[in-house]
Amino acid sequence: MAIGDLLVDVSGVAKHYGEGETRVDALRAVDLQIHAGEVVAMLGPSGSGKTSLLNIIGCIVDPSAGRLVLDGETVFDGRWLRGNLRQLRLDKIGFIFQAHNLLPFLTAEENVSVVLDLAGWKPAAAQTRARELLDYLEVGHRAGVKPAHLSGGEAQRVAIARALANRPRIILADEPTAALDSVRAQLVMDLLRKLAVEQEACILTVTHDEKIFDRFDRLIHLRDGRLSTE
Amino acid sequence: MNLALKDIRHSLFRFILTCFGLGLLMTVVLAMIGIYNGLVSDALAAVKAPRADLWVVEANTQGPFAEASSLPAATRDAVARLPGIAEAGAITYQTIEAQHGTQTLRLYVIGYERGRPGGPSTVTEGRGLGRSHYELVVDRKSGLEVGDTIRLGRNRFTVVGLTEDAMNSGGDPAVFMTLSDAMALQSELDPAAERVRAARGAASPDASNVAAVIARIESDADVARVAATIRQWKHLGALTQAQQEELLLASVVDRARRQIGLFLGILLTVSAVVIALIIYTMTMEKLKQIATLKLIGAPDRTILGLIVQQALILGASGWAIGLSLILLVKDNFPRRVVLEPTNALVLFGIIILVCILASGLGIRAALKVDPATALGG
Ligand SMILES: Nc1ncnc2c1ncn2[C@@H]1O[C@H](COP(=O)(O)OP(=O)(O)OP(=O)(O)O)[C@@H](O)[C@H]1O
Ligand SMILES: [Mg+2]
Repeated sequence: MAIGDLLVDVSGVAKHYGEGETRVDALRAVDLQIHAGEVVAMLGPSGSGKTSLLNIIGCIVDPSAGRLVLDGETVFDGRWLRGNLRQLRLDKIGFIFQAHNLLPFLTAEENVSVVLDLAGWKPAAAQTRARELLDYLEVGHRAGVKPAHLSGGEAQRVAIARALANRPRIILADEPTAALDSVRAQLVMDLLRKLAVEQEACILTVTHDEKIFDRFDRLIHLRDGRLSTE
Repeated sequence: MNLALKDIRHSLFRFILTCFGLGLLMTVVLAMIGIYNGLVSDALAAVKAPRADLWVVEANTQGPFAEASSLPAATRDAVARLPGIAEAGAITYQTIEAQHGTQTLRLYVIGYERGRPGGPSTVTEGRGLGRSHYELVVDRKSGLEVGDTIRLGRNRFTVVGLTEDAMNSGGDPAVFMTLSDAMALQSELDPAAERVRAARGAASPDASNVAAVIARIESDADVARVAATIRQWKHLGALTQAQQEELLLASVVDRARRQIGLFLGILLTVSAVVIALIIYTMTMEKLKQIATLKLIGAPDRTILGLIVQQALILGASGWAIGLSLILLVKDNFPRRVVLEPTNALVLFGIIILVCILASGLGIRAALKVDPATALGG
């Protein structure tokens, strides 16, 4: 496979929570590069810092040290260099959270189209795109339903649709298939892979799910805040 | 996509309930404003009704409303002849109780000279006084109707016309009769005092006295100058219409007005706090969703819009519900509830301001919330 653009470039990133006696070093000097078209799985025991690293790449959590370059733009180098992180997230990053985090007062379809609305899409186009994605993920028939009435798996697929809606180049997922059965889990991973290739995006997924290991180009391991590639 | 409306629709019942609660609070505020206005306008009704420019009263008194005033009826001729006076009329005021059927009515009897200032400002039903004796024009609030008869003193009077909004500062409905009837009634109603006076062999000055002479001045005359001229007569005092109104508000209704005014202030403060609390809580409950919105890239503008729009919708519906309710019930109050459009508008302005300030509190919290808090759980 031809190597695409370097989309994620993490170098020397560290993260600690708290100070003094309560200090927890979640990440110590992590280096990681992911290119367009790559689908990467991040593995590691609980508490090893997987979510922390994902959130740092997603510009949700401040790194304690290091440098972060996303799609050619240096966004963090000891401090945030980019004022409007939310616009950056909207434009470049699709995030699938460990908990699905859908807005309870919007229907499944609206939860997807709200992102497009924020990105300035016309309502009709946003609706069409949302429908397409939901159909693709086999939750089209639940488009008009509010999250409270969706099953865990349905809600997770709606959340995936939301993350993909604005065609982000960097897709981050925290155990996206945990709530899905193995058939659907593999379907979702196949879909993500297809999108990565089509949209020249990269995917970084935290997972414990051995059933889908074969769907990844690369597995990386986090242990005690350090990466070891295999 | 309007998130504010979608969120409201999501928990519509609760939102409506909140609006309704706020609406009830607004009803009370508006009622209080109306009662306050009613009190002031009732108090001024008797002063304003004759559309006078000048009140000629007994020297060194603040009559005839704030203090008793007594003048010889002949004063009217003297006043009428003064340069600058267009017309003048003598007038008496007294409060009496009378029996009508099984009811005891408290009535405010106004005696005036037909064809001169001092009569009812408008007659809404029936006619004005046609004969010089035993006819009445009464305020509708008294419950009397055209054709009713009622005994006042020794004589039976017939109601020939109805008027509106005529009463004294205590809210007792007014009854207009001719000056001569009123003066007769004045002496009849106090037979004991009359007997004492007769026993002393004194003349009975009261029977031929009036409370005040009211005057309208010619359009080119100067009220202050005419008043000054009248004051040169040692036994007379003169108050302009403006002074009379001020006096009445300052002396007669001042305490009641301050009482209600203070209560109104407290009520407005309570409402403001309640509104602020509701909006603040509404926002706090949504913090996690707001964090999610930030996560998916919503700008502050979107989050601000969500909070402010809901606050405004809440405030505006509360106000509208309050206004509709008070308009529905205001005529059932025993005393007048007077609401001017400006009152409702000013209250609207205050509520909107409070809503915006209250959203400010919520917005501060919302803008501070870390998007990462949406990830917990
Ligand atoms: N907000 C926080 N404050 C303090 N400590 C934190 C915070 N978030 C994470 N930690 C700590 O940092 C370490 C790494 O946490 P992280 O959530 O990144 O682990 P993880 O690999 O995602 O675990 P899991 O597989 O259970 O989701 C843990 O020891 C955790 O207790
Ligand atoms: Mg985790």
